[in-house]
Amino acid sequence: MNARTPVRRARFGDLLAAEWLKFWSLRSIPWVLALGALAVLAANLRTAQYTHDHYLPGEGDPVVMKQVALNGSFDTASADILMLLAGSLGAIVIAGEYGTGLIRTTLAAVPDRRAVLLAKAAVLTAVLTGFGIVSAGGSFGLTQAVLADRGIGQSITDPTALRYVAAAALFAPVCGLVGLCLGTLLRHSAGAVVGTVVVLFFLPSLVTERYRWSADLLHALPFAAWQRLARTTLAGMRPTEYPATVAGSWTTYAAWALASVVLATVVIQRRDH
Amino acid sequence: MSTAVRCGGPGRSGTVVAMIEVNELTKRYGRRTVVDRLDFTVRPGHVTGFLGPNGAGKSTTLRMVLGLNAPTSGAATVDGRDFRGLPRGLREVGALLDAGDVHGGRTGGAHLRALALGNAIPRRRVDEVLAEVGLADAAGRRIGGYSLGMKQRLGIAGALLGDPPVLLFDEPLNGLDPEGVLWVRGLFRRLAAEGRTVFVSSHMMAEMEHTADRLIVIGRGRLIADESLGEFAARAGRTGVAVRAAEPERLTAVLRAAGATVRPGPDGSLDVTGLDPGRIGELALEQRLLLYGLTERGASLEEAFMQLTADSVEYLAGEPR
Repeated sequence: MNARTPVRRARFGDLLAAEWLKFWSLRSIPWVLALGALAVLAANLRTAQYTHDHYLPGEGDPVVMKQVALNGSFDTASADILMLLAGSLGAIVIAGEYGTGLIRTTLAAVPDRRAVLLAKAAVLTAVLTGFGIVSAGGSFGLTQAVLADRGIGQSITDPTALRYVAAAALFAPVCGLVGLCLGTLLRHSAGAVVGTVVVLFFLPSLVTERYRWSADLLHALPFAAWQRLARTTLAGMRPTEYPATVAGSWTTYAAWALASVVLATVVIQRRDH
Repeated sequence: MSTAVRCGGPGRSGTVVAMIEVNELTKRYGRRTVVDRLDFTVRPGHVTGFLGPNGAGKSTTLRMVLGLNAPTSGAATVDGRDFRGLPRGLREVGALLDAGDVHGGRTGGAHLRALALGNAIPRRRVDEVLAEVGLADAAGRRIGGYSLGMKQRLGIAGALLGDPPVLLFDEPLNGLDPEGVLWVRGLFRRLAAEGRTVFVSSHMMAEMEHTADRLIVIGRGRLIADESLGEFAARAGRTGVAVRAAEPERLTAVLRAAGATVRPGPDGSLDVTGLDPGRIGELALEQRLLLYGLTERGASLEEAFMQLTADSVEYLAGEPR
């Protein structure tokens, strides 16, 4: 061999670059992201168009109408699309490595498993945050332009509108990290995707807000947290004895993201590969 | 350019002896012991064959050396260090465990570039190893479309990326065409001649016969032999005798009683070891057994290997310990 290869100590940044390349070098991923963003835009444009066609200026409480206008920019269907897409992507990013056996090649090349997982989580978070900003932000811009001529289009400079868009955009990386965690735990792509759907999608529908304890449980789930953050006013809502708080919902986002990464790191560290 | 300078990291002396050391290594899954108090050392400058029948524990041992599996007890170290404690691996040990351990959706080039990036290996090196294994033209194609032989070459390219002093290969000849087999043998010998430690597993003695100069043989997770190919060949020199008899069952009993090992051979003959032809003839005469043929023959390395591993299996199954 030769002496031309200079030795430089590898840093975490090198792992980020490696995982970034791995993420984008799978042909299906850019397509999935592009189609997902288009689906979110299409769903919301349809909702906004409906609001546009059925809203009579001057009708309704302006506070409620603001909510209606915002709902046009990112409705529950979009949240479902985002959740499924981000969760599945997170699950597949790691379960795909287990399923193919690539994980052994990866970990033999980088025995520091924690660093591998953190790099994966960082790349996933960056990509999905970008994806969330593009799809939720883009959707906001387009739909509010549609609603502008009815006089209810919102501006992103409005703090509640900003929170609405931020909650939608950040929902993507939170769901992605939950998927990453389940993918690490289950090691099987299909199983991990199903598990992610169960946790993110079905769990919230099984929990009622009627009792204190179950309301606390519900508010600790990512989907319910998004719903609360997307609620600019509680007026016009069915009253509940135990409403969720905005701060609590942000905490839920952070807690799920953090707990997912920690759990996945612990598991990958201990397991035989 | 010596291995020492190329690979000498901080805290290492000038003369690096990058050995693989396996010490009382044991791996149990539940009640099943896959690797059982294994002890051996793999030294630089040789191609060391790691032989054993399927399920002998070879892959598990290699995975423990690479830190992928944690030993139940004992230790496996490379250059005196536990691989699991290293931040990066490719400059220390290059490994090909399974050619299928890749993602079929990526191109061969992207796969190697990702490995190189994580280990801070320059991009140029990827092109070098691709050319070295003969995959330069296939680098832009997706791995899913590669043949098994091409995947083996890609895996070997990955092992060479970091220019490491230690190389591990698990069944690297699977799926290679004859030209590929010759190339791999030449490559292994060259890597060893450069002073590297080259450790190659196989379940086929015939593969190792022309590749390895030292052998470590295991069966049921235990060490059976750790010697040079020459010493192993000397074992193979033990002659066997092919005997054709009118009453093979009775003769088998008689020969076994006299301490021989008897196995049914092809076309009804008996494969006898442990007695010379003269003694077999005498015993047959004493018992008035008719012999049709008595042929002395030397065992091949393959047979020596089979016998050695079969003995270990019999020993484990039959002897009370």
